[in-house]
Amino acid sequence: MKVAVLVFPGSNCDWDCVHAAEETLEGATVERVWHTTSDLTGYDLIIVPGGFSYGDYLRSGAIARFAPVMSAVAKAAEDGVFVLGICNGFQILTEAGLLPGALRRNAGLKFRCHYSNLRVTNNSTAFTSGYEANEVIDIPIAHGEGNYYCDDETLAQLKRNNQIVFTYESNPNGSIEDIAGIMNTSGNVLGMMPHPERAVSDLLGSKDGVRMFASIMKAWRERHATNVN
Amino acid sequence: MQPTLTKNETTSSLEQGKANMLKEPTPQQIADGRIYATMGVTDAEYAHICELLGRKPNYTEIGVFSVMWSEHCAYKNSKPLLKRFPVTGDRVLVGPGEGAGIVDIGDGQAVCFKIESHNHPSAIEPFQGAATGVGGIIRDIFSMGARPVALLNSLRFGQLTDERVRYLFEHVVSGIAGYGNCIGIPTVGGEVMFDSSYEGNPLVNAMCVGLIDHKDIQRGVASGIGNPVYYVGPPTGRDGIHGATFASEELTEESEAKRPAVQVGDPFMEKLVMESCLELIQSGIVIGIQDMGAAGLTCSSAEMASKAGNGLELHLDEVPQRERGMTPYEMMLSESQERMLFVIEEHNEAIAMEIFDRWGVICRKVGRVTDDGRLRLTYGGEEVADMPVRGLVDECPVYEKPSQVPAYYTANEAIDTTSYPEVVDVNEALLKVLGSPTVASKEWVYRQYDSMVRASTAVAPGSDAAVVMVRGTRKALAMTTDCNGRYAYLDPFMGGRIAVAEAARNIVCSGAEPLAITDNLNFGNPEKPENFWQMEQAVDGMAEACRHLSTPVIGGNVSLYNENAKGAIYPTPVVGMVGLVHDVDHITQQGFKQEGDIVLLLGTTQAELGGSEFQTVIHGVTEGRPPVVNLDTELNLQHAVLRVIQAGQVQSAHDLAEGGIAVALTESAISGSIGVTADWHIEGLRKDVALFSESQSRVLLSVRPQHVEAVLESCAQYDVPVQRLGVVGGDRIQLRVNGEAAIDVARIEAERVWKDAIPCLMQ
Repeated sequence: MKVAVLVFPGSNCDWDCVHAAEETLEGATVERVWHTTSDLTGYDLIIVPGGFSYGDYLRSGAIARFAPVMSAVAKAAEDGVFVLGICNGFQILTEAGLLPGALRRNAGLKFRCHYSNLRVTNNSTAFTSGYEANEVIDIPIAHGEGNYYCDDETLAQLKRNNQIVFTYESNPNGSIEDIAGIMNTSGNVLGMMPHPERAVSDLLGSKDGVRMFASIMKAWRERHATNVN
Repeated sequence: MQPTLTKNETTSSLEQGKANMLKEPTPQQIADGRIYATMGVTDAEYAHICELLGRKPNYTEIGVFSVMWSEHCAYKNSKPLLKRFPVTGDRVLVGPGEGAGIVDIGDGQAVCFKIESHNHPSAIEPFQGAATGVGGIIRDIFSMGARPVALLNSLRFGQLTDERVRYLFEHVVSGIAGYGNCIGIPTVGGEVMFDSSYEGNPLVNAMCVGLIDHKDIQRGVASGIGNPVYYVGPPTGRDGIHGATFASEELTEESEAKRPAVQVGDPFMEKLVMESCLELIQSGIVIGIQDMGAAGLTCSSAEMASKAGNGLELHLDEVPQRERGMTPYEMMLSESQERMLFVIEEHNEAIAMEIFDRWGVICRKVGRVTDDGRLRLTYGGEEVADMPVRGLVDECPVYEKPSQVPAYYTANEAIDTTSYPEVVDVNEALLKVLGSPTVASKEWVYRQYDSMVRASTAVAPGSDAAVVMVRGTRKALAMTTDCNGRYAYLDPFMGGRIAVAEAARNIVCSGAEPLAITDNLNFGNPEKPENFWQMEQAVDGMAEACRHLSTPVIGGNVSLYNENAKGAIYPTPVVGMVGLVHDVDHITQQGFKQEGDIVLLLGTTQAELGGSEFQTVIHGVTEGRPPVVNLDTELNLQHAVLRVIQAGQVQSAHDLAEGGIAVALTESAISGSIGVTADWHIEGLRKDVALFSESQSRVLLSVRPQHVEAVLESCAQYDVPVQRLGVVGGDRIQLRVNGEAAIDVARIEAERVWKDAIPCLMQ
């Protein structure tokens, strides 16, 4: 499995994602990929990491969506490559139109960082098959603009298609319907505000994030096996 | 990115700058009008400058001298005191004098750390003041070649009942959060205390900790005659001019007018500058590198030249500028943020430029190293200043200020802090103390900080010390900041001693061996003999404790002139300490862990209420003498605690500090989300005094029943008195004293009071 972790100016969770992927995805090759790259051919998983790309100036993710690498991400997403956007990565994916909705400022107007209980509302995805249905997991959040919003029609669509993957047990930011993470209709692009890459060992306080990476690996193996046969 | 001027604009800017220079006072006018005095230069100092130059300084030169000779840069009032600190040790690789000190942690690795104040800017413009304080200290760390891995901050404010204080508190915290969160360095710890003494003059001390391999250690030296000097970072503007001078005087009503002396931070830019500079350093071509902190281009260039014993020539037209018509004076004194200066050999220029281009960071050659020992500035091809480097850096007069014992100190000796009327309802007293903002949970603060980015934080804010893991090893770093200003006010010597001892105790309780300290000396106006006495005493107390506990001072900062309308702030010598956790298995936290664990109290309790939280909250005074710490007793305690932790016999460890045993027991229960039942035998003390006494060298441990004997034995070996206090379990916090009911409160109730206090005040 070949993993790309994108690096924009101002990304700051890129190394955390590299380390988490290396530690949890056995046998995977993990590379940091610069924002100017325009070809992502050959990668099986693209991680858009957290941070403050371009300082989050203007609006978080609003400038990053114009980086050359984002056209390559769009193409890869279309081709069915797994794309995981975490925190600022989620914001970038919504700005780029790869996921519906938008992330607004937290309802309390303050940055919030703490462990957060998430409910796995859909465990039949490539990202969450390792979790039990409706299991509550412990994953940290760290954001100032994580208040997910979409219009009623989009929300109805998200529900109808089972695109809501994670919800907060205790809503920290005012997100509509407690949404913490959603995926696209094809199920290969996931965006989430919480940080699974920070929950990969007991020493860090939780290793509930490990099963997300394991799920992706399993999905990739299954797909790979299918292709070979 | 901030716009820089185009070529045509630069030409017209130069003409405009020259025109602006013509409006500057002439050397004669500076002398006649004593214009130097407005820059904080005394008559005697001015005369000395004239002597060094052999003529009267022009406007640029007097500006440069004034900042170089400010307290902030020259330590002219504190230097004799700083010499009293122990600064060497087996593990010390870099001591005071560089951007930050460095201590060995084995395996070719080292830890680099420093603390610095941004008190005055934060009093005027809290968000930017605090933010740029964080930015500045981060630059100090990466300019040494270290990768910043953690931030801490030590804050002091007036009472939260005051509207202005709430404003300052709110914006200082968001300024720290805004900078640290964006740049991606976790803010893992620190402390916040509230006392009217800090009203109008809050303290904002920021500490940064970095990791470095020995081979990568950098120095801020401009060596190699003829080598080019480069400027890195955003263009220079007119912000922060005379920031260092501003930091070296008292805040007054006119200070508000000095708001332009407060710089504006851009953490995104600093992230790019940091990554590109670390990459430059890793490339191995750097000869010298230093950040432009206080006094910007002036201080960095003069210090780099001085450390190499060389001179430096700067071509100011080459300095990237974002405002038109800037004069040499303005460029030299600007404190625009996120800028660095470095020296490489000319033939390596392409390597450097490739790195900065890739990161989108401006890098421009602005001068060269010379052999004449002078700092020479040119502008539009003309020489506009010529000063001896040694004169700027080393010739600033050092003052031995008169010192005098303050009347309050003498008067306090007679005060008996055990004679207050007895507080019978100790439960109610406990809840009051828990709800005091100094003791209450700081979750409202640290929840705004990203404490987990870099995915290495093993102990986040809220325990005795924060712990950050060293990736790829079994090691970790424990870190804390400590100082109780009330103790330091009542007895600066003892307060200084306690600050070091308590920091070390916190480090030990988290499972680490104390390594070294960085200090931030926050005091009032040193020209007042009583204030200078406080400083002298505090430094002596700290120095003694550092020697005893083998934790040398590897760097720090001095912030004087912290005063408000009522006088000087409480002397607040903040200690930032880092310790080494030898194995991650040793990491220990304050919260109780498991039902049935036995709670032990190590140390001796005496009637010591002077400067205590109980005394302030319940009796409304801060008086008498503070607790006494005996350094032999302290060292024994720390050795015993560290040994039993390292032997794997400890479930939780918590230092007894503000609020004494009553608060410590409650905090361990709250943090562990489990109750405790204890019965304490204590001779000769009234119940309320015993429960809230802040006697030093005490630690609360919880251990598994099967480990009790071994722990008692280790304590006996180190001569540490230990008492079996009770058992972890249940949902109440119960503490009987000599068989009599004393504390009995539902854990949830205590937690509610403790957690809600600050959010309620801030609503």
